[in-house]
Amino acid sequence: MMTPESSLALAVAVPLLGALLTAAWPRGKRASDAPAAGWWVVAAVWRHGTLRAELGGWGAPLGIALTADGLSAAFVLLTALVGAGIAVHASGYFQHFASARYFWPLWLLLWTALNALWLAADVFNLYVTLELLGLSAAALGALGGTRAALAANLRYLLIGLLGSLTWLLGVALLYAAYGTLDLRQLAAAIAPGPVASAALTLMIGGLALKAALFPLHFWLPPAHASAPAPVSAVLSALVVKAAVYLALRLWYEHFAAVITPVAAALLGALGAAAVLWGSWRALRAVRLKLLAAYSTVAQIGYLFLFFPLLQALPAGAERERLLGALVLMALSHGFAKASLFLAAGSIQHHAGHDRIDELGGTAQHLPATTFAFGLAGTALIGLPPSGAFLGKWLLLENALRAGQWWWVPPMLAGSLLAAGYVFRVLSRAFNREPTPRHFVTAARTELPALALASVATLALGLGAQWLWRLLGIA
Amino acid sequence: MSAPFLYGSAGLILFGLGLWSLLAHAPLLRKLIAFNIMGSGVFHIFIALAERGARPPDPVPHALVLTGIVVAVSATALALALGQRLEEPDDDTGI
Amino acid sequence: MDSQHFSVPPRWSAWLLVLPLVALTLWLLWIFHVALAQSPDERLAERALAALPESGVTNPVTAVLLNYRGYDTLLELAVLLAAFLGVWALGEAPRGFAPAGPALRGMIAAVVPLALTVGGYLLWVGGHAPGGAFQAGAVLAAGGVLLHLGGDPRAGLPAPDTQRALATLGVAVFTLVGVATLAFGRGFLTYPVAGAKGLILLIESAATLAIAVILVAVYVGGHPVERER
Repeated sequence: MMTPESSLALAVAVPLLGALLTAAWPRGKRASDAPAAGWWVVAAVWRHGTLRAELGGWGAPLGIALTADGLSAAFVLLTALVGAGIAVHASGYFQHFASARYFWPLWLLLWTALNALWLAADVFNLYVTLELLGLSAAALGALGGTRAALAANLRYLLIGLLGSLTWLLGVALLYAAYGTLDLRQLAAAIAPGPVASAALTLMIGGLALKAALFPLHFWLPPAHASAPAPVSAVLSALVVKAAVYLALRLWYEHFAAVITPVAAALLGALGAAAVLWGSWRALRAVRLKLLAAYSTVAQIGYLFLFFPLLQALPAGAERERLLGALVLMALSHGFAKASLFLAAGSIQHHAGHDRIDELGGTAQHLPATTFAFGLAGTALIGLPPSGAFLGKWLLLENALRAGQWWWVPPMLAGSLLAAGYVFRVLSRAFNREPTPRHFVTAARTELPALALASVATLALGLGAQWLWRLLGIA
Repeated sequence: MSAPFLYGSAGLILFGLGLWSLLAHAPLLRKLIAFNIMGSGVFHIFIALAERGARPPDPVPHALVLTGIVVAVSATALALALGQRLEEPDDDTGI
Repeated sequence: MDSQHFSVPPRWSAWLLVLPLVALTLWLLWIFHVALAQSPDERLAERALAALPESGVTNPVTAVLLNYRGYDTLLELAVLLAAFLGVWALGEAPRGFAPAGPALRGMIAAVVPLALTVGGYLLWVGGHAPGGAFQAGAVLAAGGVLLHLGGDPRAGLPAPDTQRALATLGVAVFTLVGVATLAFGRGFLTYPVAGAKGLILLIESAATLAIAVILVAVYVGGHPVERER
């Protein structure tokens, strides 16, 4: 009997089976079932609220549980949609290269790791999941084959390992002090004290490395810029979000007794620095993919700007709304950045390079791609009706209301710089008179970018209340 | 000073030593050895937590360490393969 | 690897790194001390040992690995597979070693069959004594490494397609058992008490093969290629 809880295990098992099939039989491609498994989880949470499945029939703390609430379902949804778009793009992108036979199994393993992470409820299980995520991401990035790709992804792998090890040390301390590995039981057991603070610091530190929070961001631009376009898309859109998602969970659900306003302010300050530094470097970037990678650094900064403001609000409807704004921004960036990288991939494939100053005429040759880039840029800047606009508006509103007006200048500066770097690319693309021959030149590689950008700019902004209903916000 | 504290402290010192080596030394092989030492340090802590005097030890940390070892070996293997490819002569044909 | 970078930094800048790390280690030692002082009497030990009769095996570590926390082991086998795919994706395996001299050949002839036997034994005994899939896989892999050191470029592994199939077998059997138990209404990886021992042995056998193949293949360092000897 298939219960709603079965959808949780299946969300992990289905992409995993797909990975095994594509690993054992490289000629076929079975990427199509993975989004379906994700949809089922979202539907189940929509109808039944928070779900929990105890794997192996052993209740926590002996066994491992999977759990899904509105927040996890939102990210599973993001993974399903972005993943589907990237998969379609990749099936066109990789037609000509031998690396395709390794792309699909590693891609599906990455998908498995992402779903396993959104649904995890056990702190050691998260360690294994983070390692699977890091390894498959680094292996995928290295498919680029160039020396730059190998070096950048080796560094990414090592940084990821360091982050996971600090996480594991935190797990050891938690097990020593509280005797359980289950997140729900830990949340109940954690009391203010040096051990809990130390464990939180270690774990958040590991996650900050993986999320590329300033000043630990140095590994991200080379790694994301040198990977093949579909891989860069998933790295920027989904993999870095995983670390932010976990940081959010730890901060507000499990370690809620231990967090302090000072610590939240520190995260916010680092986020502000990331916004400014990332946007500035994006503006000065020579290559399109490097621009997109630095833009990711900036957007991750925005997500951490929410932390001190969430801290300032007491638990209740107001905080829920701000949390909804954070999720909206994270999703919006996920769609927009994936679209940006896919568009950049099409441009690079077509032009043979991705140097921004020499992109003249792209609008004429690749009108659909340029339009997608423009749409995605709208979501990155935060113009209406995109989801990011709503998110930034709520962030601004709350900053002023909480009296923490000092977060506002970095946000505004970030938006201005984002406008700068998006329009810089568009102006180069429209160098010659834009009289395109066809709107779409290569459907499989161009349409996904367009679709994802439309979701970021139109669907999320206009349909935000559906997201908030999923998250359980009034 | 109980046995778990002594053994676990040895693990923490290994963690610190490994972290120093990771940050101080540039060659890839040294960094990977440093990682493995850090990992061993954390595993020491888990094993130390399993001690229960005369009673049979706690099996859960043992299983966690086994899992951790396999994960560490996989990651080391991939890092070594990447490092080895970097040692080879330039090959800039790529995607 | 690159030993030219092995330069000696000036004395004072070395302390910039050492002092904070020493402080970090001391802080962690103090935290660990506090954690042990406030730790609960029992962590998970009694629960794990008490549930042992229902787990299908008598070795408590195997019970935790393959039954209580089987999902972790499943993901861990997936990590191994990811490393395998990642290494193969990087290109061809580097040149192996020259064929072995008589002394090494003799040792290999004695040790490799022994490794196979010990590996098989460890797999079987893992149910009731220290042992299990990972230990067996590691010993088998050691045999493969010896073969590679002795000059066999494929380290005793079968054809590449077979290697790929065996590597996926571990995760495949584990996942299919989980989906089957889900389909029969028991929940993912919830073994029936009567069949638990058989299922665990099935999963462990597949996992042993997969682990051995993956470890050796990753040691060989790349996609196998037929070269002139």
